[in-house]
Amino acid sequence: MNDLMQDGAWLPFVFAFLIGLSMLLYAVLDGYDLGVGLLSPFAPRSNRDRMIGSIGPFWDANETWLVLGVGLLLVAFPAAHGLVLGELYLPVALMLIGLIFRGVSFDFRKKVAPEKQARWDRIFFLSSLVVALSQGYMVGRFVVGFQPGWVSEVFSIFFGFLVVAGYGLMGACWLILKTEDELQRFAVKWARLGIWSMVAGAVLSSIAAPFVDTRIYDRMFAFPEATLLIAMPLVSMLLTVIMHFLLGALPMPGDRLSAMPFAISVSIFVLGFVGLVYSFHPYIVPGQLRIVEAAAAPESLKVILIGTGIVFPFLIGYTIFAYRVFRGKATDLSYD
Amino acid sequence: MDAFVLSRIQFAANITFHILFPSITIGLGWLLLYFKFRFQRSKDEKWMELYFLFTKIFALSFSLGVVSGVTMSFQFGTNWPGYMNTVGNIAGPLLAYEVLTAFFLEASMLGIMLFGFRRVKPWVHSLATFLVAAGTTLSAFWILALNSWMHTPTGFEMIEGVAHATSWKEVIFNPSMPYRFVHAVLASGLTVAFLGAGLMAYKQLKGDNGPAARAGLRSCLFLAAVLAPLQLFVGDLHGTNTRDHQPQKLAAMEGLWEGGEGVHLTLFALPDEEARENRFEVSIPKLGSLIVTRDLNGYVRGLNAFEGEHPPVAPVFWAFRVMVGMGMLMILSGLYGGWMLLKKRELPRRFLQLLQAMTFAGWVATVAGWYVTEIGRQPWLVQGVLKSKDAVADLPPANVGATLAAYLVTYGILLVAYMTAVFYLTLHAKRSGDVNRKPNPT
Repeated sequence: MNDLMQDGAWLPFVFAFLIGLSMLLYAVLDGYDLGVGLLSPFAPRSNRDRMIGSIGPFWDANETWLVLGVGLLLVAFPAAHGLVLGELYLPVALMLIGLIFRGVSFDFRKKVAPEKQARWDRIFFLSSLVVALSQGYMVGRFVVGFQPGWVSEVFSIFFGFLVVAGYGLMGACWLILKTEDELQRFAVKWARLGIWSMVAGAVLSSIAAPFVDTRIYDRMFAFPEATLLIAMPLVSMLLTVIMHFLLGALPMPGDRLSAMPFAISVSIFVLGFVGLVYSFHPYIVPGQLRIVEAAAAPESLKVILIGTGIVFPFLIGYTIFAYRVFRGKATDLSYD
Repeated sequence: MDAFVLSRIQFAANITFHILFPSITIGLGWLLLYFKFRFQRSKDEKWMELYFLFTKIFALSFSLGVVSGVTMSFQFGTNWPGYMNTVGNIAGPLLAYEVLTAFFLEASMLGIMLFGFRRVKPWVHSLATFLVAAGTTLSAFWILALNSWMHTPTGFEMIEGVAHATSWKEVIFNPSMPYRFVHAVLASGLTVAFLGAGLMAYKQLKGDNGPAARAGLRSCLFLAAVLAPLQLFVGDLHGTNTRDHQPQKLAAMEGLWEGGEGVHLTLFALPDEEARENRFEVSIPKLGSLIVTRDLNGYVRGLNAFEGEHPPVAPVFWAFRVMVGMGMLMILSGLYGGWMLLKKRELPRRFLQLLQAMTFAGWVATVAGWYVTEIGRQPWLVQGVLKSKDAVADLPPANVGATLAAYLVTYGILLVAYMTAVFYLTLHAKRSGDVNRKPNPT
C-alpha cells in the first residue's frame, strides 16, 4: 500500500476510475438516445417528431462523454488505447461511421425538403442500429480479451444484440418519462419487450461467459468476492420483477411514477457495468495489460487531474442546468 | 499502396472534412451573438430572422464537426499509436483540456441556444449564445496550441524516447502558437463572412429582397472588408515566423531551390522535384527577399540547404498559391462591397452572383492553408522529434483501404447534403413568428 502513495502511483487508478465513469455515463446517456433511434421506425409517423424532440437538446453533450472516455484512455493509458483500438480497427470504424450518420441525420431531417425527410429518418434508424451493434460487439471482444476463434466471435456478436436490447429498453423508458398519451403507451409496450429480452440475454451471457473466459469463472467461485458478484444478478433480477409489474400498471393517472422505469433501467445498467468492470480488475485490457503497466507519465496525469478536478463540478452543473431547462414532457422542437 | 500512405490519406481526408465545420462554427458563434445583440437593442425582427436561420446552419455545422472530430480522436489510436506513445505526455493534457473546458461547454449550451429561446429568460439565452461562441474559440485555442507545438515544439525534454513536459507555459505558448491561432480565427471569420454574404446574395438573387436579407448581406460584407486585409497582414507575420522556425517549409512555399541574397519571388512555376528546379518559372527579382526579410538584399535559405529533409515541394507550393489567390479575391470583393454599401449604392447583379459563387471560398482558402502548413512539416509529424513514418500502426493495408473508402463515401455524401441543405434553408427557413412574444416560463 505504501508504494501506492509514492510518485503518484495512485494516479493510474484514479484515471481508470474516471474512464470507467465516463464510459458508464456515455452508455447510459447516449444509450437512451440510441434507443430512441432504434425505436423510431416503430412509432406512427405522426409521433416521430415528438420522439426525436425528446433527445434533440441532449445528444451532443451525451456523445461528448464518449470523447472524454476515449480521450482519457488515450492520454492516461496510451499503450492500452493503441492496443484496444488496433484490435478493434474495423468495428471502431463501423461505429464511427454509424455515429457520423446518427449525429447528422436528425439534424438533416428537419433541414431538407419534406420529400427527403423519410430518407434521413431511415438513416437515423439504421445508423443507431449500427452504433449499438458495433458497441456491443466491441464490448464482447473486449470481455474475451480479443481471443480469436468462432466461439468468442459468436459471443461478441451476441453481446451486440444484448446492447441493442439494453439501449432499446432505456430509450423506451426515456420516452415513458418524456412523452404522454399514445406515444407513452407505445413506449410502455416497448419497455416490456426490452426488459425481457435483456433478461434472456443476461442469463445466456452469464452462462456462456465462464466457458469463453475462465478468469470470470474463477472469480465467481472465489470467496469472499463471490458474494458480491452473486448479489448483483440477484438485485438485477429483483429490479426486473419490479419493473415488470410497474410497466403493467403504467401509465397511471396524473402520470405518477413515469420516471421510475428509467431509474430502474439505469440501475440495472449500472449494476451490469460494475459487474463487468469488477471482473476485469486489475487489468485494463482483460488478460493482456494491467492498469499500472499501461499508464502515462505521472506529471502529465497530474496536470490533467487538476484540470479535471476544477472543471468537473462546472460540467456536472451545466449538464444539470441543461436538463432542467428541458425538463417536463418533450415538445416538437422549434428553433424559435 | 502500403498502410502508411493509406493511413496518411485517411487522416488527411478526415481532417480536411473536419476542419470545414469548426471553421464555420468558430466565426458563426460570434456572428450569432452579434445578431442577438442587435435584436435586443432594436427589437427589430429582421435580426431574429437572421439569428434563427444561422442557428440552423450552426446546428448542422456543429453536428458535422462533432461527429468528424470524434472520428479523429479514435484515429490517433487506430492508425497512429506512435504519436501518443512518443508525445502523449504533451498532446494528452492539451486534448483533455479541450474536451473538458470547451467541448462540454459548447455541447451543453448548444441545446439551450438552439431550442431554449422561449424556455429561458432573454439574458440567459444570450449568455448561452456567448458561451457557445466562447467554447468554440476556446476549443480552437487548445487544438491550435497542440498543432503549433507539433510545428515548433518547446518546453519539453526527451527521456528514453518519450517527451516529458518541462514548462507548460512554453508548451502552450510555443513560438508559432500566437500567429497560428490569430490566423486561424480570422480565417474562420472570413469563412463565415463569405458564407453569410453568399447565402444572402443567393436569397436576393432569388427575389427575396427583404430587410433580413439586406441586413445580413450588409453585416457580412463589412465583416469581410475588415477581416480580409487584416488577414493579409497577419498571414505575412505568420510567414516570417515560419522563416525563423521552419525555413524548409517557407522555401517550399516559395518554390526556392537555391537560397541567397536578394532572391526573386516566384509567381508561377511547375516545381520538378527530380531535377530540383522549377519549370516555366515566372518571377519578379528581389521581391522574395523583400517580403520574407523586409530587405531587398536579405538572405533567404533555399530547399537545397535541406536536401532529403524538406517537404514535397509541388503540393506546398500550389496550396500556398491557392490560399493567397483566394485571399486576394476576398480582399478585392470585400473592399468593393463595403465601399458600395458605404456609398449607399445598389450592389450590381453580377457582384451578387460573384458572392454566391464565393459562398464556400473560405473553405477553399482554409483547406489550402492547412495543407501548406501540414504538408510543409513533412517528413516530420512533430518537427525534429518524430517522423510520420515512425508513428504509423502496423495494420493490414486492406483494412485501412476499406475504412478509407468507407470514410470517403461518407464524407462525399455528407458534403453534398450539407451544401444542399444550407442553400435550401436560406430560402425555406421558417420566417420568425412574433419574436417579441414572451418566453414561456415552463
